[in-house]
Amino acid sequence: MSLWVDQYRPKSLDGLHYHRGLSQRLKSLAASGDFPHLLFYGPSGAGKKTRIACTLREIFGPGVEKLKIDQRVFLSPSRRKLEINLVQSNYHIEITPSEAGNYDRVVIQEILKEIAQTQQVDLNAKQRFKVVVINEADSLSRDAQAALRRTMEKYMSNMRIILCANSTSRLIAPIKSRCLLMRVAAPDSEEMTSVLLHVAKKENLNMPEEAIEKIVEDSSGNLRKALLVMEALKMQSPNLTGSLSIAKPDWETYCHKVADLIVGEQSPARVMEVRTKFYELLSHCIPPTVILKTVAERVVERVDESLKADIMHWAAFYETRMRIGNKKIFHLEAWAVKVMSLYKHFFFDIDMSSFD
Amino acid sequence: MASNFFNSRSGPKTSVKHTVDPALQPWVEKYRPKTIDDVSAQDHTVAVLRKTLTSTNLPHMLFYGPPGTGKTSTILALARQLFGPDNFKNRVLELNASDERGIAIVREKIKGFARQTPRAQAVASDGKTYPCPPYKIIILDEADSMTQDAQGALRRIMETYARITRFCLVCNYVTRIIEPLASRCSKFRFTPLNPESAASRLTYIAQQEHIDVNKPVIDALINVSNGDLRRAITYLQSASRLSSTSVPPTPILPSDIQEIAGVVPDKIVNDLARTLGIDIDDDMDMDSSMPPKFNFSAIQKKVKGIIREGYSATQVLSQLHDLVVLHPILNSKQKSACALVFAEADKALCDGSDEELWILEIALRVHKAVSS
Repeated sequence: MSLWVDQYRPKSLDGLHYHRGLSQRLKSLAASGDFPHLLFYGPSGAGKKTRIACTLREIFGPGVEKLKIDQRVFLSPSRRKLEINLVQSNYHIEITPSEAGNYDRVVIQEILKEIAQTQQVDLNAKQRFKVVVINEADSLSRDAQAALRRTMEKYMSNMRIILCANSTSRLIAPIKSRCLLMRVAAPDSEEMTSVLLHVAKKENLNMPEEAIEKIVEDSSGNLRKALLVMEALKMQSPNLTGSLSIAKPDWETYCHKVADLIVGEQSPARVMEVRTKFYELLSHCIPPTVILKTVAERVVERVDESLKADIMHWAAFYETRMRIGNKKIFHLEAWAVKVMSLYKHFFFDIDMSSFD
Repeated sequence: MASNFFNSRSGPKTSVKHTVDPALQPWVEKYRPKTIDDVSAQDHTVAVLRKTLTSTNLPHMLFYGPPGTGKTSTILALARQLFGPDNFKNRVLELNASDERGIAIVREKIKGFARQTPRAQAVASDGKTYPCPPYKIIILDEADSMTQDAQGALRRIMETYARITRFCLVCNYVTRIIEPLASRCSKFRFTPLNPESAASRLTYIAQQEHIDVNKPVIDALINVSNGDLRRAITYLQSASRLSSTSVPPTPILPSDIQEIAGVVPDKIVNDLARTLGIDIDDDMDMDSSMPPKFNFSAIQKKVKGIIREGYSATQVLSQLHDLVVLHPILNSKQKSACALVFAEADKALCDGSDEELWILEIALRVHKAVSS
């Protein structure tokens, strides 16, 4: 038995619940022989992957669903071995080059060249080209993106590329201008409600209105999260009666606890406490950006209006530092101390502007 | 038998040429200017280069200017006119950023090509006469991405073989070319296309492709492309693809162009600006009852909304920038304060910072600057 998220994932473009205009577009593109390179972007859980899978099915037929997972070894220029997982069918190949870290350029070049130089052998195939799906395209390094540029033009005749990214900010302009941009926005609450009801109906589940409302609100546009939460709720109480409490993930409650600590007291001893908590979170592999954002949002909820802007400002500031720097904990801590000092001075009414 | 095998291969070249179906060819390639007279705008440069066609003497050249203004097209067209299709292959070497261009390549490939004495002129197969002057041209496209060392290695090569080889460096930022190289070349600056010539070229392509575009669409194309003709043409092709494949075929609308270009709709940007306390004059009835006082949660909500819609932070940033800089009421001090914020945010986004945090940061600080 699979999770509901997978079980009820739409298989065809017609089965998609929202963004009908987009689906229509994809359908007509797939039907024409003139299929461009595509770039899907949008927040996570909005349905980018689902749309890509549906489009591929529309182009090649059900054959694309026969997937096999392969592991390939590449040699980096310094003779280090890189192992990359590939998911492929007869018609397409899916890679996540960011797995290779700094050497993603090698992976891109090797795989694309290999595919570009082989022609489709299956005579029954609907199209002559193969499709390469590149996941997490926004974490590709500049070099890798530059390597894509020329390949995208040169091998247009037997290869198409579909890029999947969260944001287009980090993609270089030449790549963007070579692709047809497909924005997949997060579904709004009505669309999410309808999808949740649809799944509930299929499962013969009677979801109370307020429960659905709560799930939708909690998942903030992330349909995957919403479905997972719904399934979790069902596991908690099979008949869905009594008070429903949406269990927050552990790390989130933990982050909230950190925020409460910061607001509660401002002293060196408290800093130490916060520090151990940050360490704990980091050692459980919670991305530091997520930690900072969650804690900051919580702190902002609990402080005076005039402090909010400053707190977010420093959050943004230290987040950038964290990217450039190496040791994440330093910047998390620095931010916590900064917030404490702001807060304390706010109470003692000292003008801090001369210290910035 | 083995020798037979090799002989048959070394015979007349029968390699199947890698051809692309013209219908699938990017229009950017399809409508590249064939002669330098076809080059849109850039009158000054074209006038100078036309002289070289008659005098058959060419200096080393350095073309610089923003992307999509016709730098590569101009040099390719010039080379084609000088040598004709038959000599083009052995007289012109074109290298761009996707080719390896480290110092090793400069030493081997470029030097090797530069020192060859140009071959005798092949008879033009198409019956036209070409000037075919006695030198070769090496085109270094995107030369600003060459390393300092590689550029340094070029210095001497350029002088030594000046008799038989001309260099043409093409780049976006002339400041990234080291001074000794720049001083060896005569410089040509390419300016962003003015709307009229861009419009006429786009209309010409639309006519050739038999697609129906009206004035607002052309305007939208020019607007989103900022004088970059290549981008405008690519967007036009994408739009026509979309419109022709939908059933029934729909005409291209300006909003389609905006969507393809990834531009945030004006309505959303204006909405955000209004939340930040910037007055927007549009036909919408303005909500004058909105309190000008600081409202954190409203701003936060707006920002979250934008992120959920999936717009890119850099796009929001640049559009907000345009709006603030051209705003009629804000005073210079406010605008400068905003500019500072935009600059910092751009740097942070380039470093890969979190988009939501930074849009919020921009919003809050712009708000502070505007309301001070």
